[in-house]
Amino acid sequence: MGAAPAGTGQRGPGPEPGPPPHPAGGRTAATGRAAAGGRGGRLAPVLLTALLLVSVTAGLGVGSVHVPPGEVWGIVTHALGADWAEPAWSRVRETIVLDVRAPRVLLGVVTGAGLAVVGAAMQALVRNPLAEPYLLGVSSGASLGAVIVVVTGAGLLGPVSLSAAAFAGALLSMLLVYTTARAGGRITSMRLILAGVAVAAVLTALMDLVLLTSDRANHAREVLAWTLGGLGGVHWGSLWLPAVALLLGIGVLTVQARSLNLLLAGEEAAATMGLDVARFRARMFVLLSLVTGCLVAAAGPIGFVGLMMPHIVRLFVGGDHRRVLPTAALAGACFLVWADIAARTVAAPMEIPVGVLTALCGGPFFLWLMRRDARRGDERGRA
Amino acid sequence: MSAAGLTVEDLTLSAGARRVVQDVSLAAAPGEVVGLVGPNGSGKSSLLRAVYRVLRPDEGRIRVDGDDPWRMTARTLARTLAAVVQDPGAAFDLTVRDVVAMGRTPHKRLLDGDTAEDARLVAAALSAVDAEDLADRGFDRLSGGERQRVLIARALAQEPALLVMDEPTNHLDVRHQLQVLGLVRRLPATVLVALHDLNLAAYYCDRIHVLRAGRIVASGTPPEVLTPRLLEEVYGVVGEVRVHPRTGAPQVTFLPDEADREAAASGAQDG
Repeated sequence: MGAAPAGTGQRGPGPEPGPPPHPAGGRTAATGRAAAGGRGGRLAPVLLTALLLVSVTAGLGVGSVHVPPGEVWGIVTHALGADWAEPAWSRVRETIVLDVRAPRVLLGVVTGAGLAVVGAAMQALVRNPLAEPYLLGVSSGASLGAVIVVVTGAGLLGPVSLSAAAFAGALLSMLLVYTTARAGGRITSMRLILAGVAVAAVLTALMDLVLLTSDRANHAREVLAWTLGGLGGVHWGSLWLPAVALLLGIGVLTVQARSLNLLLAGEEAAATMGLDVARFRARMFVLLSLVTGCLVAAAGPIGFVGLMMPHIVRLFVGGDHRRVLPTAALAGACFLVWADIAARTVAAPMEIPVGVLTALCGGPFFLWLMRRDARRGDERGRA
Repeated sequence: MSAAGLTVEDLTLSAGARRVVQDVSLAAAPGEVVGLVGPNGSGKSSLLRAVYRVLRPDEGRIRVDGDDPWRMTARTLARTLAAVVQDPGAAFDLTVRDVVAMGRTPHKRLLDGDTAEDARLVAAALSAVDAEDLADRGFDRLSGGERQRVLIARALAQEPALLVMDEPTNHLDVRHQLQVLGLVRRLPATVLVALHDLNLAAYYCDRIHVLRAGRIVASGTPPEVLTPRLLEEVYGVVGEVRVHPRTGAPQVTFLPDEADREAAASGAQDG
């Protein structure tokens, strides 16, 4: 680059003396990624990691039996093999922290983080800020798959078959919503949300039908509770699958963060910058369905985490997915751990499904987002 | 980096069931600025989309530096060819700098970070379109003209040997129209550009191809192509073409209907 101006038929000096395109040693190189996302970009992950530690400590300590933070960490580090705390706690308290609360808190961490990154990726994939697994009916598809497995008794094969069916349901509903919303070219918010609502309605109705007509009526109540989304009833043995799915999801998405950025530029522009859009999107659909399926199989459909977290972290770290994905994961983990703490304490001894609480926060957030985007749309005066 | 040659031979394109380009041939020698003009719907954008490998040709050949874009990966082509397309995209709080840095993607491997060289190229591209001040602004918050300049900067950051631009002067005020095309003129790259404004095409392009209803109806240097007869035939308007004494380029003046002119004149007197 930076050769002499080329081109045949130069017509003398241009009408204005603009700088040459790539001046050798032009403006000083790296102001780096300053301002907008810069400081937040570096600071946010650190703060959020600290917050996550606090959240997890609270999650392990709060409940009908209160365990103070010092004791929580004593129990945890002792279990991990470090002996710097004198085990002065009772056996019961140890069981409560390690076997009752720890799996539940970890499932909250995994689910919150997973839903947040899936939401962020989905928003890029359909280029729409209102996308997230719950609103687009993907969670409903996953639920239907899982319920079919439970009702037919195939669930005896354990969490793998449950998650596999949830994955299949998620993929099916995602493709349905995407092809419907895309009919006629560009995806508009309205078509996307309407398609999501319609697909969710049909799949949820199917699920209710399957559930109510099954011979295993004793399952119905249990499963209905699960469809509201909750972290209760989890044990160590059912934790590994969502955890593996989450790590896979975060790993692949982080590696592909640049490609997610390109998608925001629009399909054609992304293609001219080197992205094989159709193939990338197909792979992403499979990956996001897989993660969503495993999370829903474990925790039920929990809504709006995938909507709220990406938007909130973008305010602090900007829109680059290389920064959005890790921070959204941390924020989602914190959020769901606290939501679960609230779910089991606000009406104690009764437990509120955590999905109910996330919807209480998420619904208003959704409305706010819709209004904001409408205003921005007006400002831009798009044709 | 050098400029890449482009040849298009007997190209036929469809959008759905509709033929939008028919038997079009054109060539751009390395370093040339070649303009495409023609009324709305004449097939300019479709032709460009085929060149930047988004619309697959029904028939015909496209060669970028002798290679068929459709036999390359998107990434390989993207290291040679950059495009400024009409869809501005959504940005989800990406800053202008982030958007321009996207242009570096085809030169990156999977886990490569951004280097100081990338930062330099991004800064240089921004300064080339007079947009250094916008670097930290949110792309979504820009005006149409600002956004257009940023998209051009993104294409520059891609360091293309062939630059394809669809109406790059859309939304730009006069100053930035001249600035952007002046910049394009001085690029070492070959440029294929669709333009609405015939006077801009006349001044900045080495050669012009005129499209009407998917076919090329005239090709040549601006003085060869831009004639009153062509304006009448292709655009259905009456116009005069003169060589401008200062620029040396042909200049087109459109002549409105007699009746409209009188109405305008009396309107001016009333005011």
